[in-house]
Amino acid sequence: MDKILQVRHLKKIFPRQEGGEIFAVDDVSFTLSAGEKLAIIGESGSGKTTVARMIARLIPPTAGRIFLAGEEITQAKGKQLQKAYTQMQMVFQNPVDSFDPRCTLGDGISESLINHGRSREQAKKITENLLALCGLTADFADRYPHEVSGGQCQRAAIARALAIEPQLVILDEATSALDVTVQAEVLSLLNRLQQDRGIAYLFICHDIAMVQDFCDRVIVMHEGRIVEEGTPDEVINNPQEEYTKNLIDSVL
Amino acid sequence: MSQSAAPTIRLQNVQKNTSQRKLYFFGALALLLVVVSFFSEQLCPYDPYMQDMSLTKAAPSAEHLLGTDRYGRDMLSRVIAGSKTSIFSTLLLVSFITLFGSLIGIICAWMGRKTDTVLMRLSDMFLAFPGLVFALAVAAVLGGGVHNAILALAAISWPKYARLARSQTLALQAAPFMQAAKMAGSSTFKLIYKHVIPNISGPILVTAVLDIGTMMMELAGLSFLGLGAKPPIPEWGSMMSDTRNLLPTQPWVTLAPGFAIFFSVMIFNLLGDTVRDYLDPKRR
Ligand SMILES: Nc1ncnc2c1ncn2[C@@H]1O[C@H](COP(=O)(O)OP(=O)(O)O)[C@@H](O)[C@H]1O
Ligand SMILES: [Mg+2]
Repeated sequence: MDKILQVRHLKKIFPRQEGGEIFAVDDVSFTLSAGEKLAIIGESGSGKTTVARMIARLIPPTAGRIFLAGEEITQAKGKQLQKAYTQMQMVFQNPVDSFDPRCTLGDGISESLINHGRSREQAKKITENLLALCGLTADFADRYPHEVSGGQCQRAAIARALAIEPQLVILDEATSALDVTVQAEVLSLLNRLQQDRGIAYLFICHDIAMVQDFCDRVIVMHEGRIVEEGTPDEVINNPQEEYTKNLIDSVL
Repeated sequence: MSQSAAPTIRLQNVQKNTSQRKLYFFGALALLLVVVSFFSEQLCPYDPYMQDMSLTKAAPSAEHLLGTDRYGRDMLSRVIAGSKTSIFSTLLLVSFITLFGSLIGIICAWMGRKTDTVLMRLSDMFLAFPGLVFALAVAAVLGGGVHNAILALAAISWPKYARLARSQTLALQAAPFMQAAKMAGSSTFKLIYKHVIPNISGPILVTAVLDIGTMMMELAGLSFLGLGAKPPIPEWGSMMSDTRNLLPTQPWVTLAPGFAIFFSVMIFNLLGDTVRDYLDPKRR
């Protein structure tokens, strides 16, 4: 299978306010195949978001290399980065904050389409289709983020991420801010989209139970390092590390 | 839950409605002042420079509603003509410093590093000058006159807007929606005009409207001290200074421009407060 994402020895050091350094991410390497669903789990502060933000080129890595569809994007800027963003999209933890409060959801969803040369009419049409695909009616395009529920907003955020048909979607705790029932709905939506379109997911989550049925493979992170890797059943039924055992015990 | 939520929503609507009504009221008054200042030449009943030595220091009457000054010039005409300098110049000044300062602030926040440091130290420098001293220095170097007074005020007032725009932009940059917009492939230019400017314009607008009154006072103050408009140009501050020895005997000559300043400053300050209340996100 094609490798959609390769991460090699990724590292991020933040300066600590009171002096010293935080090794937020320390020598993380993994590969994600096209159409694969990979979960990164770990307690809060283990560096999951930092990994996601480095891959999405929202913060620069201290060291390491990132390849997207075979092309190195570690230093990507301008046109190259814009191209990378047609292949890779992200869904953020807090859906309401991920939409501009002064723009409608439709503006947000069609922004990437318009930036990549679609006309306004085309973008509007595609936006309506995307909303329908994500289980929302067309009139949500005219609503503002504070006028919809968290679950509806996250559906719109997923629609936005899918707009330019990326091959990889990074979901950073995309369901954590939602109610349990809404969580299940969003997960089944993501599952359906994955089957229809063959998108690869990098699914970041702190709840190991949630990824059990959803993902093909799991990476466990602890203090910036990968401590365990395998299929969800392997990891849950036969954890190798004390840390993973505790993580499983805390939710099961 | 829904029962306790309903009254709050109603209360918010009431507040929104009253603040909207206040906004229209003070907005209309402010607009009236601006219109008067714009058409001041057409609105004067008499020529504000025309002297009539047979009718000096006349008390208010049907012909001269606010009386005449010591050269027999019609006070109403002079007050109306004075609005051109006082209101119109102030609005130009505030618009300029708002746009210029905000632009510098956005650039600082966006570029960071050296550009940010250099421009912010420069703004600190201007901020460190006491306004009056700076105006005195400008007047000493460039001479007095309204233009130089405005220049001096502009030089010391833009940093406030630069700082405000900078801190607002920095706060926005961390917002997830900015990152989402970046990942949608938006250029820096588009990020700024579509996402930054609409989101920071509220607080900047409030500051600007509240600044109109302050700037009007400062400009009148500089003119009062002889650093702004020079007689015989009608300007409220210099008119007051020019006629202040008439206050005990012919008070209307001094009080007419005094009240003009008072009411204009008050209207713009109340408008500023109303705009702030109206834009307050907690009231939404
Ligand atoms: N911008 C930042 N500046 C300084 N430290 C940071 C920053 N972002 C994250 N960190 C630190 O890096 C570590 C990992 O954080 P994060 O990646 O957000 O963890 P997670 O998403 O797994 O909860 C934490 O110790 C956090 O305090
Ligand atoms: Mg996180």
